[in-house]
Amino acid sequence: MITASQTSGPFWHLIDFPEWADLLRAGGPNDGVAGSRITLTGTVTDGDGAVCPDAMIEIWQAGPDGAYEAGFHGFGRCATDAQGRFRFATLKPGPVPGPGNSLQAPHITLAIFARGLMHHLTTRAYFAGEALNETDPILALVPEGRRGTLIAREASPGHWNLDIRLQGDHETVFLDI
Amino acid sequence: MSFRPIPPGVFPPMDLPSYGSTHKRHPDQAPVRIPHTLTETSAPRFTSSAYPEHLDMSRHNGREAMGERIIIAGRVTDEDGRPQPGVMLEVWQANAAGRYQLDRDQHDAPLDPNFSGQARVFTDADGNWSITTIRPGAYPWRNHHNAWRPVHVHFGLHGAGFAQRLVTQMYFPGDPLLALDPIYQGVPEGARERLVAKFDLDVTRPEYALGYRFDMVLRGRLATPMENPA
Repeated sequence: MITASQTSGPFWHLIDFPEWADLLRAGGPNDGVAGSRITLTGTVTDGDGAVCPDAMIEIWQAGPDGAYEAGFHGFGRCATDAQGRFRFATLKPGPVPGPGNSLQAPHITLAIFARGLMHHLTTRAYFAGEALNETDPILALVPEGRRGTLIAREASPGHWNLDIRLQGDHETVFLDI
Repeated sequence: MSFRPIPPGVFPPMDLPSYGSTHKRHPDQAPVRIPHTLTETSAPRFTSSAYPEHLDMSRHNGREAMGERIIIAGRVTDEDGRPQPGVMLEVWQANAAGRYQLDRDQHDAPLDPNFSGQARVFTDADGNWSITTIRPGAYPWRNHHNAWRPVHVHFGLHGAGFAQRLVTQMYFPGDPLLALDPIYQGVPEGARERLVAKFDLDVTRPEYALGYRFDMVLRGRLATPMENPA
């Protein structure tokens, strides 16, 4: 039997290493890797619309070539700030092989941990305007009316934003993986 | 390749009325089930060169932390009993007085300058790991009147697939607060007991520290025709 999940609680910051939010940091694992630099931001809110200032967001993504851990270390972690915001600096991932002969649109997986979450939530950030979004095999499983909660918008060139709503109106689609 | 679904009766519910913080944070909608793709079956490659180990929380900057020194050791396997090598474990906890070394923890208990409360260890080829620390203290929280968290140590595990990612808590045998704790009690009976470490004389080091054993199990792989040719 697998080990049960427990909440990360409000005091997980002992394992917060703020530099991990910058996947392109000097001297880091991706220093010098070529690609399209982007920032991914968002605000985490609860069912009352109140911001969650104590969440831990982890990301996992492919490199610009669409491969995992082949020249690009696609892991990051960021604490939400007092305004509930997270911010990652990374490279835009390439399309990733999907089930069968399908191709997944470029995406970044997010895992959300927080006080009050008995186990972490998983979701994805896709990129608005990407042609492959129309044929992505995972997006196709999400009811069309809720798909927008998985699509990051480009707020300014290279700056993508995707807010995470844990509960209620426009609740983010979470994935059962 | 994919990982087995999480079986029912193991994980606590997201909506746990006895734990107030879940009320406004649990999703109302059921999660959308997706097949495992490369995104879920791959995982970050963590190495001790890029993520250095820190195995001993009982001392900091060469000075001994206050409290009862203990050793915690265990083995990480998957559901099929296969040892899981190279798993990165992140460990964090309160000090002996029940306070985290964080500004945001305002519990009126002393900080210990010689206790950081954070460790990192990788499992060996057989899935085994061990750390040295201080037995943490219980501390109050505001979930309900006179609420106290049982003594616990937080663990985060990074396995071979992102779908195996796990954050959990380890508890200590005989703690009277376990019966009163919504977070522990939120785990179904039969699964929660395995979050309690066992005192182990084989882990105990003579003249040095008591030892506890805490084994953890990650999701196993689904057998596929490719992996098990007839």
